[in-house]
Formats: sequence, C-alpha cells, structure tokens
Amino acid sequence: MTRVLTVDGLRVAFFTYYGVVRAVNGASFFIDRDETLGIVGESGSGKSVTAAAIMGLIDSPGAILGGRAVFEGVELFELPEAQWQSIRGHKITMCFQNPMRALNPVLTVGEQIIRVYHRHMGVSKKRAWAESVEMLREVNIPDAERVMRRYPHQLSGGMCQRVMIVMALMCSPSLLILDEPTTGLDVTVQKQLLHLLKTLRDKAGASQWMITHDLGVAANLCDRVVVMYAGRVMEEATVEVLFARAAHPYTSALLTSIPQVHRKDELTPIPGSVPESLNLPSGCPFHPRCERAMPICEEDTPEPLEYAPGHRVACHLYGRGGEETP
Amino acid sequence: MTPLLELKGLVKHFSVKGDLPLRTKTVHAVDGIEFSLTSDESVGIVGESGSGKTTVVRCVMGLYKPTAGDVCLHGKSVFASGERRRLLRHIQMVFQDPGGSLNPRFTAEQIIKEPLVHLTRVSKAGRKAAVRELFQQVGMRDSDLRKLPHQFSGGQQQRIAIARALAPKPEVLILDEPTSALDLSLQAQIIALLVRLREEFDLSYVLITHDLAVVRQLCDRLLVMYLGMPAEMGPTETVLDSPKHPYSRALIGSVLVPDPTLRDPEPPLRGEIPSPTNPPAGCRFHPRCSRRLRVCQEFAPTPHRVGDTDVWCHLYNPEGEGGPEEEVSIE
Repeated sequence: MTRVLTVDGLRVAFFTYYGVVRAVNGASFFIDRDETLGIVGESGSGKSVTAAAIMGLIDSPGAILGGRAVFEGVELFELPEAQWQSIRGHKITMCFQNPMRALNPVLTVGEQIIRVYHRHMGVSKKRAWAESVEMLREVNIPDAERVMRRYPHQLSGGMCQRVMIVMALMCSPSLLILDEPTTGLDVTVQKQLLHLLKTLRDKAGASQWMITHDLGVAANLCDRVVVMYAGRVMEEATVEVLFARAAHPYTSALLTSIPQVHRKDELTPIPGSVPESLNLPSGCPFHPRCERAMPICEEDTPEPLEYAPGHRVACHLYGRGGEETP
Repeated sequence: MTPLLELKGLVKHFSVKGDLPLRTKTVHAVDGIEFSLTSDESVGIVGESGSGKTTVVRCVMGLYKPTAGDVCLHGKSVFASGERRRLLRHIQMVFQDPGGSLNPRFTAEQIIKEPLVHLTRVSKAGRKAAVRELFQQVGMRDSDLRKLPHQFSGGQQQRIAIARALAPKPEVLILDEPTSALDLSLQAQIIALLVRLREEFDLSYVLITHDLAVVRQLCDRLLVMYLGMPAEMGPTETVLDSPKHPYSRALIGSVLVPDPTLRDPEPPLRGEIPSPTNPPAGCRFHPRCSRRLRVCQEFAPTPHRVGDTDVWCHLYNPEGEGGPEEEVSIE
C-alpha cells in the first residue's frame, strides 16, 4: 500500500498573552491510499490544529516547533508558500467545521466552487460550471443548477456540507481532510453524509482523514482510528480492534462513558475535565483522571509503543516498566 | 387524579415576513401536540431540528402563548392571569447553551440565589445555606461560589444552570439539549447527575434532545415529533427497540452506533425536513416516507393504538382502506 501522508513527532504551540498553549505535543501517524483514518478526541485534544498544520494554516502567534510531515514524498514544512498554494486546495483539501461559516457569505455557491477549480485546473469558467453542476448532482443535491446560484445562507446545514465536499473534491485530491463533518447536523442528515462519503471514497479514491469527537461516526466510517488527548496520540488501532479491545485506559473509559441507543448500561463517567492546554499535567496528560494511574505516570510521559501489529498505545501499563504484557 | 402537567391540543403558529412587502407567511411550528405527565414520570421529545420540540416546551414554560390549545399544571391553565409566578415555582428550565444562559456579571452564588429571592419565601439568612447546599448537590465545590461563569468549564456551567433551576424546588424540570454542547467525557457526568437528582428531588423531566441515547437513560416515555406533529408516543424502551412509525424507524435507524461490527448497510432516509411555512398536506411525512399509501397524501392520520404505543400513521389503521397493494413507491 502507498503511504499518502506521514506525520512524525509534530509539535505545535501558540504563544499567547497568557502563556504558551501547547496544542500538539509530538503526534505521529500515517495515512495510506484509499483508507479513512479517524482522529478522535475531545475539544482541546489538538486534532484540528494537527490538520491546520498539515494544511499549512498555522499562523502567528502559532508555530510548528518540530516534527515533519511527508505528503507524497514532499516535505510539507519545508515548502515555500508559492508551492504550498499549488498543493493546498488541490492535492490536500479540507472541509472545515461548521460549513455555514466556512463558506463565503457574499458569493454564490457556484462562484465559490468554480474559483477553486479554475485556479487549480486552469479550465474555462464555463466548463468549470458544467462540471460543478455534475458534481453537485453526484452528491445528491436536487436541483443543482439552482443551488449553484444560491448564497450559503439560503441552504440548510446538510446542503452546505455537501457543497463543501464538492469544493474539496473538484480537483481530485489525494487526501481529503474532514473536520467534524457531521457535528450539528440531524442524525438523519448525518447518516446521509456518511453514506455519501463512503460512496465517494470508493469512487474517487481519495484518502480521507476524518476528525471527529463522535465515536459513532468513527465506528461507521473509519478503517483505522487514532485517539488523541491533550495534543498526544494515546492509542492507534484498526477500528475493529479499537472498539473491541481498547488498551488505553482513556479509550476504554470513553467507550464506557457514552450512552448507547440500543441498550441501557450503567454509565461510568470519567471524573474531572479535559486539561487546559496552557497548564498541562506532568507526565501522562491523562494521569489525574486515570483509574489505573501509577507513580511513574506523574513523572514520565509514555511514548506510543506498538504492542500488537498496527496497535500502538502510549501508556505505562504496557511496554517497559509496565506490569501488563500484551 | 389530575395529571401534573397536561398539554391539550397545543398549536403554535408564527407570522413571519413574506417574500413581498405587507405579505406574511405562517410558520406551522406546532400542530396538535397532546400528552400528560404524572408526577415521578419523565418524557422525552425527539425529532429533527425544525420539528417543533423547542416551541412545545417554550409554550409549556409560558414563553409563547399558543395559537390554540392549552397547557395545564395541576389542572389549572398556565396562561390564566397571575399564574406565571406559580408556574415558575413548579416548572423550571435548563437551556441548551450553558454559557449563554448564565448572567456573565453574576457570580455562581448570585446566579443560584436569584430564583430563591424572586420565587420562594426563603429568608435572607437561609438563602446562603440553601445556595451552598444546592451547589454541593450538583457536585461543585464551595470555593467556586464566588467565581464568574466564564471561569467555569462547560460541564460546570451546566451544573450551575441545573442548580439554579432546582432552587425553587420545582416538580417539573425542562431540559433542552442538556448535553449537546458538552465534551464527550462530560456528557456522561451530566447524565449521571440528572439521574441522581431525579431521585433526590422527586423530579419529572421533559427532555428535548436529538441524542436518542440520552433519552434511554433519562425518560420513561418518548414522543417522536415530525414537522410540528406527533408521529409516535409510547414507553421509551418500546419505541427505541421496535419503532412503528416509518419516521421513527428512519430516525432511530440513523443513529450511528459506536460499534464497527454493527455497521448498518441500510440506505439513509432521503431528503430533508420541509419548511414549516408550507407543510405537506395529509401526513406531513408522506413525501419522504418509503411506505406511503394513497390516503397519506390527503388525510392527516389520527392516533392508532398498537400495544402500549400511539402511532400517528395510516398503516396502523385497523379498518384502513390502505392495503399494501395501494402503496405508492417513491421515484
């Protein structure tokens, strides 16, 4: 399998008036061709900042402090801005969170789609229009011609999300980043969108990188899942392994804390709340909330170790110094 | 026995500006919602956005005056003159956005004290102790009483909002999406808190949510709404496990279960909820329904009793003219 993107030891921080916000602290993962990778985490876990770094969108007061990202053999963090612009929106595209706000309110939907296509592919506006209409039909937008002439506020949230997806897919990217694509939408529309994303992946063949806090979305769409907490990768596994045999205490606590529709279990909430990125705990960032914390967790930050093929866990319970063996 | 809370044929239409000057359009937000609540019972209202859930509870709170129908508390209309204050002692509400519903210039203590001052006869001296007790009951520390809302996390803000709502010792607590604005690990904390408080305060909940999993944890009965109309109402477990109305089936079937072995290949419900300014004739769900009959396009269904569930669907009409041979396929 070809590797589309490799991220290694990514560190991003924001230098604010209140102090240094360490948003991403050494995240490593990869995405293969034709697969969907899910990055799951709560707010403040650094999942969106990671995506912004890969898109080259980290701006002052933020900075990439370390790590590398290799996209189709190109070192992304060493690229000059001019080359960035030929990759961003063309080879790597992104659907931002809250499509209603991410679309330009003073341009029609059609104009926005066409601009992207025209800029990257150099085709005439007329042809771009025709192909955009075709593409809108493909994402099940009824009355595509009319939707092209509409402004974002005239469309529903689900429609705006489809328009974003069309914009992102117009140039046949190798990697599509979806930041919380279903958040705020009704369950029926969520299901429509996931159905659509699956079909598009099978047809267009772009790898998808799904950022979500919804474990239901991850379970239904992703091939592999990376769990992030406080800017670190806590666990990485195939979706089947993660939901059946989660190894990290954080992942298993998350899985038992969410209510289920089809059965009524006793909920065991995780105590406390997500740490502030201004003031991260020492050692393993999860240790203050962890049921199985040991003295070492307070002092030493565990690195993700491969404890079964394709299953990485960053926890002192496993690997060196840990009591448990796989 | 008079029920604690009773909604009688609740209808709420809004007049909004039309496309042309001087023209108005009518938004049919709620059209005929009826249910009653006995004490120690909790009901959940679910449906897509635009189905009128929030309008229903806003009518119950007396924030909107219904176009037709009535809301009764202990058998007395809440819209009768002078009833507002009595109403607020018995019904309180927890709003969707915890940050936005707390006064940013008040400390937590002042926020929780407000309803004690205006709605109860607790003496000035007793208030401090009462606030302290409420604060502890929702799982907060005394040392945080003097903080301002922005100094709290979302989960803590929601706890304060719940403490404020509990201050006048209400019998009914209306919860509008109490967990949707919260982080994953905090949602379970708030649900567990609500389960505990229901026992401690003998509360009845009216819960609005689009998260069907939350309903299973908190509610005895469930009302499924579509475009201002009821679709199905029955015991939570029955409705969630074996939904009858085609809409409830589609809605419950759309929930993404966090288990990759249960990936559901069934195609999603088509289309989107239509605009309530011009709702479809007959059964409002018929344009999206996969099992629609001819009769659905003309007549709004009346409730049919199936087991212990009421279903507003022609398919369940025992003497219905509609048989399977009359089913109209879509596209």
